[in-house]
Amino acid sequence: MTINYKNIGLFFLVACLILGTGFVQSWNTALFILNMGLVSAIMALGVNLQWGFAGLFNVGIMGFVALGGLAAVLISMPPTTEAWAAGGLRVILGIVLGAATVTTAILVQLRMAAGPARTLTTIAILIGGFFLYRAVFDGGVAAVEAVDAAGTGYLGGLNFGGASYKDWGFMTLISWPVGGLLAAGVAWLIGKTALGLRSDYLAIATLGISEIIIAVMKNEDWLSRGVKNVIGLPRPVPYEIELQESAGFIEHTTALGLDPVTSSSIVVKLGYAGLFSIVLVIVLILAQLALASPWGRMMRAIRDNEEAAEAMGKNVTARHLQIFILGSAICGVAGAMMTTLDSQLTPSSYQPLRFTFLVWVMVIVGGSGNNFGSVLGGFLIFFLWVQVEPMGAILMQILTSGMAEDNVLRLHLLDSVAHMRLLTMGLILILVLRFAPKGLIPEK
Amino acid sequence: MDLLNAVVVLSNYVLIPALAYGSQLALGALGVTLIYGILRFSNFAHGDTMAFGAMVTILVTWLFQGWGISLGPLPTALLAIPFGIAATAALLLTTDRLVYRFYRQQKAAPVILVIVSMGVMFVMNGLVRFIIGPNDQRFSDGERFIISAREFKKLTGLSEGLAFKTTQGITIVTAVIVVVALFWFLNRTRTGKSMRAFSDNEDLALLSGINPDRVVMVTWLIVAGLAATAGALYGLDKSFKPFIYLQLLLPIFAAAVVGGLGNPLGAIAGGFVIAFSEVLITYPLKKVLGYLLPDRFEPDTLVQLLSTDYKFAVSFTILIIVLLFRPTGLFKGKSV
Repeated sequence: MTINYKNIGLFFLVACLILGTGFVQSWNTALFILNMGLVSAIMALGVNLQWGFAGLFNVGIMGFVALGGLAAVLISMPPTTEAWAAGGLRVILGIVLGAATVTTAILVQLRMAAGPARTLTTIAILIGGFFLYRAVFDGGVAAVEAVDAAGTGYLGGLNFGGASYKDWGFMTLISWPVGGLLAAGVAWLIGKTALGLRSDYLAIATLGISEIIIAVMKNEDWLSRGVKNVIGLPRPVPYEIELQESAGFIEHTTALGLDPVTSSSIVVKLGYAGLFSIVLVIVLILAQLALASPWGRMMRAIRDNEEAAEAMGKNVTARHLQIFILGSAICGVAGAMMTTLDSQLTPSSYQPLRFTFLVWVMVIVGGSGNNFGSVLGGFLIFFLWVQVEPMGAILMQILTSGMAEDNVLRLHLLDSVAHMRLLTMGLILILVLRFAPKGLIPEK
Repeated sequence: MDLLNAVVVLSNYVLIPALAYGSQLALGALGVTLIYGILRFSNFAHGDTMAFGAMVTILVTWLFQGWGISLGPLPTALLAIPFGIAATAALLLTTDRLVYRFYRQQKAAPVILVIVSMGVMFVMNGLVRFIIGPNDQRFSDGERFIISAREFKKLTGLSEGLAFKTTQGITIVTAVIVVVALFWFLNRTRTGKSMRAFSDNEDLALLSGINPDRVVMVTWLIVAGLAATAGALYGLDKSFKPFIYLQLLLPIFAAAVVGGLGNPLGAIAGGFVIAFSEVLITYPLKKVLGYLLPDRFEPDTLVQLLSTDYKFAVSFTILIIVLLFRPTGLFKGKSV
C-alpha cells in the first residue's frame, strides 16, 4: 500500500481549518464544527454506501436521521406513567389494528386470484380497517395527549431511572444502535415497496417518504410531543454545571490557568467528540472492510452494470434492499447521535435542504465510492456550512467599504449574508460535478 | 334546500380551493414533465425556478404600484407576470448554457443531471433569499372577492355562503388559457411538433433534421413561462415565501408522476388528482353530512379522515400507490 500524500494533505488541511477556527474564533465553535463534522461524516458514509457502492439514489436521508432522533427520545426519556395508564394500551392496540389491516390486505393480494373479487375485498378490508383503527386509536391518543399537555402529553420512553432519570445517561448510548435498528426497519418497509423503481422515481418516492416521516413526527403528539418538542434528554457526558461545582475540576483548571466556566463546556464537547469518534472509526472500518470484500466487489459490479450482474446470477433486488437497509441504519445512528448532542428533539427543524441535500453535497464533493472521501466531505462541507456566513460578512464589509454608512444596497447586502450559505453550497456542488466529478478523493 | 346548502359548503371549502390549487400544481407539473420528456431528467430546481419567477413578478408589481399603475379591480401582478417570465427565461437559458449543456454533450446519465439540478436548486434558492429575503411578502391588490359569502347569501337566500376570491378566479382562467395555448403550440406549430418528435424518439428526430439546440431552447422558454406563471399565481393566491416553493416541489412531482412523467395531459390530470385528494381527505365533512343525512344520523365528530397537517403526506401516499400499481402513471408516461 502506497501512502497517498494528497489525501493526507487534504485531511490535514481540514484539521487546520478547524484548529484555525479554535484560535481565531473560539474553541467552542471549533468543537461544535468537529462534533457535527463527525456526525455528518457518519451520515455521508451511510449515503456513500448506498450511492457510491451500489448506485442507489436515496433522497430520503432526512427521514432516517429523524427516526434516529425519535429513537433517542423513545429510549432515553422516562415513561409517562399516567399517560400509559390513560390510553397507552389503546394506542398500541390501535397501531396493531392498523398493521393487521395492511397485512391482511397484502395477504389477500398475494393469496386470492386476480380479478374484481380481489380488488373489492382489498378495498373493503382497507376501508373497514381504517375506520376500526381510527375508532380505537383516536380515543387513546386523546387520552394520552390530555395528560399534563403542558409538561408531557406523550407516552414517554424506556428510561426507568424514575425521578433521577437524568443520571441514566447511558440510556442515550443505547439509543444510538436502537436508532439504527429503527431506521433499518423502516428502510426495509420502504425498500420492499419502492426499490423496484427506476432511479428518478426512486428519488422522488424516497423524498416523499421522508416528508411523511417528518409529518408524522410533527403531528403525532403522543409519540414525540410533536412540535412541542422533547427537551432535556439525558446525556452520556457530565453536565457543565456539575463540573463547575466539582472542587477537583476547579482546582485542575485554575492550576492550568483556565476559566472554569469556559473549560467545563469544552470538556463536555470533548467528551462528545470522543464518543462520536469511536462510532465513526467503527463505521469507517466496517465500510472499508465491506468495500474490499467480495461483497463490495459484487455491489460495484451491480452498480456499474446491473444487467450483466443479473445475468451472472446475482440477485440485484435483494442486494439493493440489503444495502438500502444498511445505509439507512447508519444514517439512523447518526441521527440519534445528533439528537443526543442537542439533547432535544425538534421535528420542525428537519429540512430537506439541510439533512438530505447537504449530505449529498458532502458525498459528491468528498468523492463518491470512497469512504475516506465521504469522511473528508462531511468535515469540510460542515465547516463551510458554519463558516460561509462569517466569511461572507467579511467579504461584504470589504465590498461595501466604499459605500456610505446608510446606503440601502450596503445594508441589504450585509443583511443578506446569511443566505449566502445555500448559494455557496450549490456553487461548490456544481463546480465539483463539472471540474472534478470524481470528488476530492476519487474512488480507486 | 339542504342539498343545495351541502353543495355550497362543499364548493366553498373543497371544490373551488382545490380547483385553484390544482391549476397551480398542473402548471408546475407541466414544466417538470416537459423537462423530463425533452431534456430527460427530473428537475429538482423547478420549485425554486417558480420562486424566482414569482419574486421578479413581485418586485415589478411593487414598482408599478409605486408608479401608480394598476388594473383597477384586478391585481397589478398580472401586468408584472410577463416581466417575471422574461427574467426567468433569461435565468434558465443562462443556467442551461453554463451548467446543463455540458452534461448533455457528454451524454451523461440522467441521474447525474438530477444531482446537478440539486446544485442549481441550492443556488436559485440562495439567490431568491439573497434578493428578497426569507420572509412573507404580500403583493395582491384590487378587489378581494368576485363574490363574497355575504353577497352570495343575500343573492340566493341560502343559509350557507359561497366565497370566490379574485385570485382563485384568475388562477383558474389563466391556467385554462395557458394550457390551451400550450397544447395548440405542441400540436399545431412546427416547433411544437418537432418537440414532440424529439420527446418520443430522439434519434429519429435528429435523423429527420430537427435542430436539438433549438428544441432545448424552446423547451426552457416554455418552462420559464409555466414556472413564472405558476409561481406568481401561487404567491398571489396563498402567500409568497421562498421556502414554500421548495415544499411545493413535492406535490408537483407527485402530480407529474401520478399523471405519467413526460405526458403533458397526465400532468394536468395529476395536478387535479393530487389537489382534490389533498383537500378532500383533510376536510372535515361534518357540516356537509349534517345537511345530507337525516337528523338522527348526524355525525358528532368532525368526520375528518386525516388532520390538515397531513396534506403533503396525502399527495405522497397517492404517489407511492400509483407508482406501485402503475409505474408509468395514470396516463402512459415514458421511461428513461
